[in-house]
Amino acid sequence: MTVTIFVPRDAAALAVGAEKVARAIETQIEARGLDARIVRSGSRGMFWLEPLVEVRTEHGRFAYGPVKAGDVEALFDAGFLTGAADHPLCLGLTKEIPFLRQQTRLTFSRCGVTDPLSLEDYRHYQGLKGLEKAVAMAPLDIVKEVTDSGLRGRGGAGFPTGIKWKTVLDAPASQKYIVCNADEGDSATFADRMIMEGDPFVVIEGMAIAGIATGATKGYVYIRSEYPHAIATMMQAVEIARAAGILGASVLGSQHAFDMEIRAGAGAYVCGEETSLLNSLEGKRGVVRAKPPLPALQGFLGCPTVVNNVMSLASVPVIMDRGAAFYRDFGMGRSRGTIPIQIAGNVKHGGLYETAFGLSLGEIVDHIGGGTATGRPVKAVQVGGPLGAYFPRALFDTPFDYEAFAARDGLIGHAGITVFDDTADMLKQARFAMEFCAVESCGKCTPCRIGSTRGVETADKIMAGIEPEKNKALLADLCNTMKFGSLCALGGFTPYPVMSAMNHFPEDFAPAPVREAAE
Amino acid sequence: MNMRMSAGGFTERSLEIIRDLKHLEGPMLPILHAIQDEFGYVPEDVKPLIASELNLSRAEVHGVVSFYHDFRAAPAGRHVLKLCRAEACQAMGSDQVADRARQLLGIDFHQTTLDGAVTLEPVFCLGLCACAPAAMLDGEVHGRVDEHSLAEMISEARA
Repeated sequence: MTVTIFVPRDAAALAVGAEKVARAIETQIEARGLDARIVRSGSRGMFWLEPLVEVRTEHGRFAYGPVKAGDVEALFDAGFLTGAADHPLCLGLTKEIPFLRQQTRLTFSRCGVTDPLSLEDYRHYQGLKGLEKAVAMAPLDIVKEVTDSGLRGRGGAGFPTGIKWKTVLDAPASQKYIVCNADEGDSATFADRMIMEGDPFVVIEGMAIAGIATGATKGYVYIRSEYPHAIATMMQAVEIARAAGILGASVLGSQHAFDMEIRAGAGAYVCGEETSLLNSLEGKRGVVRAKPPLPALQGFLGCPTVVNNVMSLASVPVIMDRGAAFYRDFGMGRSRGTIPIQIAGNVKHGGLYETAFGLSLGEIVDHIGGGTATGRPVKAVQVGGPLGAYFPRALFDTPFDYEAFAARDGLIGHAGITVFDDTADMLKQARFAMEFCAVESCGKCTPCRIGSTRGVETADKIMAGIEPEKNKALLADLCNTMKFGSLCALGGFTPYPVMSAMNHFPEDFAPAPVREAAE
Repeated sequence: MNMRMSAGGFTERSLEIIRDLKHLEGPMLPILHAIQDEFGYVPEDVKPLIASELNLSRAEVHGVVSFYHDFRAAPAGRHVLKLCRAEACQAMGSDQVADRARQLLGIDFHQTTLDGAVTLEPVFCLGLCACAPAAMLDGEVHGRVDEHSLAEMISEARA
């Protein structure tokens, strides 16, 4: 029987040498004349173990990691193909690794398990069941199912997906669009990248369901150019889906038409904002549009448009397959279902952890993440990317829930968590938030365009010990103006990291001479 | 880019690219990407061609090109080294890696070494945040970058 070896093709695995490992395995198979084949899967999302190689045996899939190309020969010598457990790199059965075992993988159920571009694998692991149900349903019933599931926009805003779909469904127009926002620019986030590289068909299936539900016949996936691997995989997947009749004039043989294109961004962070994304897709400067009109009524090329994050769309197939109640039963409060938490930065066990809403920040950082990679104490974690607040240990009891984070002047955003150890300088981080906003501002509104630059200057003055009290008050005032006066979340949320750094870590904002004296 | 390409050849090739893609809904970004893939940058002379083919003003085309970080006004070096400058990488010492890169190359960000070998650019997130610090040399991604692997990348690029 041919043995199957899985080596990830995920960009993060490639970044730490997965390609060399795959080549070394190939060489060993040939040299030893073994009956084995390599499948290039997505990643399981345990990045401290990448490159993570798996072997399918009669007892299940065994994991080995982190494997270097130089380890491969010894692995074969140790009986790698039969699940040799006595090799130091052997991690046992993959599904028994605690980080994986404790997760609730609904959206990421296939990621790392299958060959991302095999439709056969996709179908074998419950793929297309949601779409098969959807083609036989009335659009309003699909929208109701998604609404009842409690799914909220996973891009960060948390707007109920079903309500957005209903608005587009009810809008009279000869042409409507589904736009998938894959401009995942927040630091510490990689869920969209992982799913596009590791299970692209689930995104396509979600978009097709959205199309049928709202009467849209054309879709676009806007992927940031920093993700060349995701772009390539999605393009191939669309071709395969089209050839298989999942996309095209007759979706799965039904009377519904839906097709899609992949588009690449061009390095502008602000294009993750939905109206700016639409302008960019239309070929304009990625400048934010004032709302109203809502994109749901006047979006791409002025037509009713659903703009959904990759994760929102990728969650739809399982909701349609298993039902709204199944999905809604996970979570807490108004945050229903599961969320792929991405743990990154200075952390021991960094990766993707899909779980129901409600875990506390401390559980995520200390228990799941295992503390810092450097072994030093955790000083702060930034939740929600460059526009998210810095949380001190004192707030580690905050449950992972949209409302709970908002109540503590923070946000979940796209569910990325960056861990910092005690060497982090929070004044420097606050300055960076302003600097980032200044670099990425689209320039349309004054608080964001000018405020961010003034913010950098003011932070510099505090750093230099120039009238610190006065300048701290000025920085707070500036944040207030940006928060309430900006047109979109870039200028409006930049105050979160700045104010949280200032409020929770006042010692880092003390004038420089005092700090030196204290050391 | 083939530097010896005649002015006529340049116009012809540019028009070919533009006409291939102008039927798309929102063709501007795909056209600009294709132009940059072909020539290595977006030449000034291509803007009037795009403007006339898409029925836009030259100012509108210039406005789009200059808005996005990706589009270059001049060719890059033979290799482009992008270092991630975002928070997750900062938490793992990317600032020190960046300082070392500047030192080894003798240039700052957005500059090219005198021998034309390497252009150094900042990037805000490659999505490799759980194996930080991250870098991209041409199309190839690198994680857990330290001084040693950085030096290796740079000597490979300068070889």
